Amino acid sequence: MKYWHLVTANLRRHKLRTALTILSVALALFLFASLRSVVTTLHTNSQFGGARRLVAMNKTGIVFILPVSYANKIKGLRGVRSVSWANWFGGKYGENARDFFPKFAIDPESYLGMYPEIKLPEDQKQAFLRERTAALVGKGIADKFGWKVDQNITIQGTIFPGDWTFTIRGIYEPSDPAIGDNVMFFHHEYFDERLGHAGIAGWFVVEINNADSAAAVAKEIDDQFQNSSAATKTGTEKEFQAGFATMLGNVSLLMGAIGTAVVFAILLITANAMMMSASERTGEVAVMKTIGFSNRTVFTLVLVEAGVIALAGAVIGLGVAKGFYPLIKFQGFGFLPGFNVTPLTMLWGLLLALGLMLASGLVPAMRAARLPIVQALRRVE
Amino acid sequence: MIPLVYNARSMMQRPVSTTFTAVGIALVVAVFIGMLALGQGLRAALARTGSDRNALVLRKGADSELASGIGRDAARVLAASPHVATGTDGRPLLSPEVYVLVPLPRPNNPTAVANVVVRGVSDQAWSVRSNIQLVAGNRPTSGRMEICVGRKLLGRFEHLDIGASLHFAGRDWTVVCHFSAAGSAFESEIWAENEQVMPLFRGEVFQSITFRLKDAGAFDDAKRALEADPQLGVDVHRESDFYAKQVGILGIMLSVLAFGVTGIMAVGAIFGAVNTMYAAVAARTPEIAVLLTVGFRPRQVLLSFLAECLLIATVGAVLGALLALPVNGIVTSTTNWTSFSEIAFSFRVTPLLLLLGIAFGVVMGVVGGFFPAWRASRLRVIQALR
Amino acid sequence: MALVEIRDVYKSFQRDTQRIDVFTGLTIDMEAGSFTALMGPSGSGKSTLLNLIAGLDKPTSGVVRVAGAEVSAMSPGELAAWRARNIGFVFQSFNLLPVLTAYQNVELPLLLTHLSGKERVERVRIALDVVGLGDRGDHYPRQLSGGQEQRTAIARAIVADPTVILLDEPTGQLDAKSSQEVLTLLQRLNKEFNKTIVIVTHDAHAAERAKMTLHLEKGDLVEKRAAVSGAAR
Repeated sequence: MKYWHLVTANLRRHKLRTALTILSVALALFLFASLRSVVTTLHTNSQFGGARRLVAMNKTGIVFILPVSYANKIKGLRGVRSVSWANWFGGKYGENARDFFPKFAIDPESYLGMYPEIKLPEDQKQAFLRERTAALVGKGIADKFGWKVDQNITIQGTIFPGDWTFTIRGIYEPSDPAIGDNVMFFHHEYFDERLGHAGIAGWFVVEINNADSAAAVAKEIDDQFQNSSAATKTGTEKEFQAGFATMLGNVSLLMGAIGTAVVFAILLITANAMMMSASERTGEVAVMKTIGFSNRTVFTLVLVEAGVIALAGAVIGLGVAKGFYPLIKFQGFGFLPGFNVTPLTMLWGLLLALGLMLASGLVPAMRAARLPIVQALRRVE
Repeated sequence: MIPLVYNARSMMQRPVSTTFTAVGIALVVAVFIGMLALGQGLRAALARTGSDRNALVLRKGADSELASGIGRDAARVLAASPHVATGTDGRPLLSPEVYVLVPLPRPNNPTAVANVVVRGVSDQAWSVRSNIQLVAGNRPTSGRMEICVGRKLLGRFEHLDIGASLHFAGRDWTVVCHFSAAGSAFESEIWAENEQVMPLFRGEVFQSITFRLKDAGAFDDAKRALEADPQLGVDVHRESDFYAKQVGILGIMLSVLAFGVTGIMAVGAIFGAVNTMYAAVAARTPEIAVLLTVGFRPRQVLLSFLAECLLIATVGAVLGALLALPVNGIVTSTTNWTSFSEIAFSFRVTPLLLLLGIAFGVVMGVVGGFFPAWRASRLRVIQALR
Repeated sequence: MALVEIRDVYKSFQRDTQRIDVFTGLTIDMEAGSFTALMGPSGSGKSTLLNLIAGLDKPTSGVVRVAGAEVSAMSPGELAAWRARNIGFVFQSFNLLPVLTAYQNVELPLLLTHLSGKERVERVRIALDVVGLGDRGDHYPRQLSGGQEQRTAIARAIVADPTVILLDEPTGQLDAKSSQEVLTLLQRLNKEFNKTIVIVTHDAHAAERAKMTLHLEKGDLVEKRAAVSGAAR
């Protein structure tokens, strides 16, 4: 590319302007990548769920409980490999709303057996299983609060009153980010005991032998309890998660609207800079044409210049987005576990940069190409 | 003072550049106002829900109505408390309430459900909450399975017309009225008689008790007295504070989003302004030299260019404010994570937000214009005239 | 056959509602290896004539032919390529690209040829040496004096070895000493390298250096004179 030095020379003409324009593009693409990643992460998480795991909860609503005794009946159904149960445990640790993290009372052995995604050293696992008041916490919150194994922590009950003290016996790391590394698990048995053996479960997780029979098993479970004191609603874990995603409201629309405004604003800024730099050079373009540069070459040069700006901005913006979020361990306050800028988002960002280049460079490039030499020279001379 | 006409002419000479910069700033301001309006709407919906004159009683330690439970005995003790105001009929203005969430299918996507609050209230509730107003129909009759539907639910779920029958918790409920609540979160709730709701859901407990304070100023006394009673085992919250606090994590997220996104956008817009103003300075270099030669001070030149950038920014900011206006009143919904219930609220573009947005735009103008203006004022005459 | 043939050329401009006739049937020949000065008051059409020869502008009617190619009939695309090979153009205000070094400015026309990088280096060196700026290649235009800038522009005009070199008031912005240097250089190019040169000027001293002076007035050739003294020097 023997014309390359012409492009770089022009980019160096106003170093500040070039730098600012590249930075604007970088900012736009950083925002784009961030906003889109919110949407993709929500979507990915809503797709989470083992194909062989079903969730059964109270038909009346998620805040209603089921008798733990259902577990045995479910276990007896055909196609069911194992059953576990869990309770949402409100509770406060610290006064700040930011310090919130989910806490679940689980039946430990069956639960960890069903969720191989929860990874922890075998000795910690055994220690956690052995002890009634043990807790298993995610690495994310352990790091955040500076917790160590064998440390005691006290949770202030909200739904279930009183102070609850647990000993951390394990710190896990999820192999699937959708699990989140900010959850605290503890023994359902201890929970039940404190509640005077109320025998309640928030929901059941049912592992089935064959993913294809999910619908059939779900129906069988629901039929089983149709006329009991508490009817159930059973679905795949995926359906459960998808329902959770819709609870945030219309996030994608909001992100989309903001993203459009951002991209459009930056487009104006870039186009403005390109046009200014092109209009300053009217005379120079005329000179180049006099020397014999064709309209097409002039057009290409201006467009390539816009392209370099867009591409440099894209690389910086997308690169920073890719690197920045893992660095600060961003998880959207626990709403977006596994927040990640996907390769597809990067690709879209690059396409966007390409569009930006065309949109901001096309008009100046066309103007330069169509520039009538004689009139332009007259202005210069 | 250098005449502003100079600036106006200078702007006219670069109409595209000036317009782009102004529109860029306008977009940033519009997004800024729009996102703050979202947070404002959420905050307003929750803040307006509670009243200063009411107290909300929950079980000790419970941080939400969902987590709470209060027995009938406690309700009776509370009703006799001297801190509770009495209505015109001589009865205490107090409503023991059952609070539950029911999943209602979304009409556009039947597999998805939203958790809607069903609140079982006493007949006093309608007087205790002074912002409640019936917009259609008559209140549920005691002893019947009738419901009154908050205005914001209408259109978002099916079977809510008056006379329609809504199925939840295994029963059919007849819709007998619609109510408004000054845009508050109550408008996203379904109300029924507490005695009808209680047995269907959680057994013999209320979740909360709301009462009108006899003396709104004596809230602290009431709180101290009631919380000290070991028989009751309750926490007393001022109703307004309680709901305002529920903005919680969602409010933080919206603020982070608003300031993060618009902050980054603003930097971009400032770059745009810097570019435009440097071009303006470059184009007018000889003119600046003449001004300096005839005796204008550098400071006056600086002010002149700053004024020009301010003018562009102000036009952009006002345009942005106008762009943001139409989002006012648009209803959206999200989940209140403290109560796990869906809450619908409107974007609220307040005059204060508009002013804030315009001020933001003007600040962008000042920041973006300063360095180019400073450079203009430092021009050396000889150099400029060359 | 002359190298540059202007045959019965008409040229008129529309300015607002008024029609301005610059040429009404102008016919001129310029031979290969000639050095022609175009003189005349402003508005006489000297620059327009230069533009017509360079193919920057088209006659209203008539024919402009350079080295047998009919310039007036070419499309814009053909013209660009043709100019790159056949025309070297020098402006009154030098018009070097400020972001490029002297070397890069001179190299510009060579980018449009098929020459290899090595050949380009060689040609630029020669051109800069010819104009006496062999040691200034890495200077930017703003670091050069006016005379040096104009000599760089001349190097740019000759580097691709064009058929004709056209100069529009090349000494108009130069002091007397620089002007002399530039004119001497042009004479050398004409004599030693047998370049065909057309120069527009209204400086009589400059015109004296040419072998031939053409006087234009209101678009007509009013005088054609072989400058004996110029040729003799």
